[in-house]
Amino acid sequence: MSTVSGNESAAAFPGAAGRAFGRRFWDFAGWSICGLAFVLLGGAMLWIMAMVLLRGFHALTIEVLTHVTEGYAGGLLNAIEGTLILGVGGILLALPPGLAAGIYMAEFDNGRLAPTIRFLADVLVGVPSIVIGYFGYVTMVVAFGWKFSVAAGSIALAIISLPYICRTTEMAIRQVPRSLREAAYALGASEGQVATGVYLPVALPGVLTGVLLALAISVGETAPLLYTAGWSNYLWTGHLTNEPVGYLTYAIWAFITEPFAGAHALAYAAALLVTVFVLIISILSRLFVK
Amino acid sequence: MKFRHFMAALGSTVAAVLLIIVAFLGVYAWPAMRLNGFHFLFENSWNLGGLYANPITVHGQQILPGAHYGILFLIVGTVLSTAIAVALAVPVGVGAAIFLAEAVPQAARRWFSFFVELLAAIPSVVFGLWGYVVVIPFLGHHVFPFMAKWIGFVPFFGGSTGSGYGLLTSGLVLTLMIVPLITATLRDALVSQPEMLREGAIALGASRFETLRTVLLPGVRRTLIGSTILATGRALGETMAVLMISGNALNYLPQNIYAPISTMASFIVSQLDSALQDPTGMAVRSLAEVALVLCLISIVVNSFARLLIRFSGEQVRVTP
Repeated sequence: MSTVSGNESAAAFPGAAGRAFGRRFWDFAGWSICGLAFVLLGGAMLWIMAMVLLRGFHALTIEVLTHVTEGYAGGLLNAIEGTLILGVGGILLALPPGLAAGIYMAEFDNGRLAPTIRFLADVLVGVPSIVIGYFGYVTMVVAFGWKFSVAAGSIALAIISLPYICRTTEMAIRQVPRSLREAAYALGASEGQVATGVYLPVALPGVLTGVLLALAISVGETAPLLYTAGWSNYLWTGHLTNEPVGYLTYAIWAFITEPFAGAHALAYAAALLVTVFVLIISILSRLFVK
Repeated sequence: MKFRHFMAALGSTVAAVLLIIVAFLGVYAWPAMRLNGFHFLFENSWNLGGLYANPITVHGQQILPGAHYGILFLIVGTVLSTAIAVALAVPVGVGAAIFLAEAVPQAARRWFSFFVELLAAIPSVVFGLWGYVVVIPFLGHHVFPFMAKWIGFVPFFGGSTGSGYGLLTSGLVLTLMIVPLITATLRDALVSQPEMLREGAIALGASRFETLRTVLLPGVRRTLIGSTILATGRALGETMAVLMISGNALNYLPQNIYAPISTMASFIVSQLDSALQDPTGMAVRSLAEVALVLCLISIVVNSFARLLIRFSGEQVRVTP
């Protein structure tokens, strides 16, 4: 790296003026390229949001929110209901093991088990959601005979939510000051009492952030549900197995390729609902953290 | 039972899930693996056989006459679309991360970053919708013919541009889906570089960009490599967006960069309905083998990235 800069040095050293110009040129070019990269990403984001919002609001009517799907017309009430059932069901199933794993990794990280769980959870994040969907299909739908159902869909989503919940729980608990725990232990509290009385309440906002994040991901997922939850034009009647259920992301994928304007409108409305929901959750969780 | 043992038992489910997925897919796909052998990966024919014929027995397995399963075209499609996405995502991701970490004032950085990283929160199927409705007509009618005309002399960039469905479209949309991971991780790493490094370089007369290029970027090299591998894993497994924009080619190797492709992930979705027509079930088992191959690839890729990051002592964000 040259240490020569400025006009004074340029006069003292032959060739330095050219080098100074070169340096300034490369600085300018570098910052421009970086700015351009940012503009590209921001532009794409705006483009996607503009499409979703404009076409979505155009397609969103009261009927969409209050009627069930009839062929390629009607509304999306069944899909909205199904998305919420599957998402909440997945979270509820993922919470007990996710919380337990998070607590264990944060508090009892002195053997082989905690690093193993952490590593496998991190790898599980990267397993494609369609693989989890197909796993659900061959096991729950076919082998267990549950058919397309709320149970199979929720469990598939729970598997996807697990690593997010346990890793955010672990990080949230780790941020609770050690002295709080030590004080509680010194007073004779048991491990369970320290967990429920001391660090879990303090870590609650962080845990909630993880839950919100997992919910956002669940609501936006399609691939793991296609062959576990199926699709239904009707409202859920309360059967956990042997009853397929609708969800919004299916409507986006399946209806946009149909040759009817009504089907397209439903797809755009579904895209608007899913995207807005996911973005609101993302913004909320961002506000939670800081 | 002590509290910690209860937590260990319940928490171990998280670890067990991954092993269970691999085990069940493996058991289910085992007959297909025995039938297809290793050339499954290197042959270019996905053929269910005569659906109306009587099943025959080959290697002790009941299959339809003429059935043959080879997924070379899926591997090629997956690898090429991922390669395009990563090749584009690294420069764009690094550039945006530098811009966010070094050029944006600290007060605005959080919201600027958040805006770009929201790309990661947009569901895959919405990317697919955008690609299907907006990007494909745009690229297919305006950009690809223009590219073929002016840079067609470059190998694989000339020839028929098709309708817009295909390899390059998939690569471009995948780029947007994986860039936030690289940008977010690298921006965090750049911001957390010690201030002393910057001060030292500037005291030696380096400009801010030279400081960045010669001092700060080398310090976050491992973070960049780790996050790039994680992004690669994500691109390999992307399903819905690719399904909607790749053209879903069957038994076809792309002749140029505009040609239709299929990836392993999207193929599983697009083919299950027809695989169910096979009364012997071998097609569904072969699809399970595709899922297993994809699962193992992503496990290898992600393990490698996590180990690299762990030994570098740097943190990569688990979450977008």
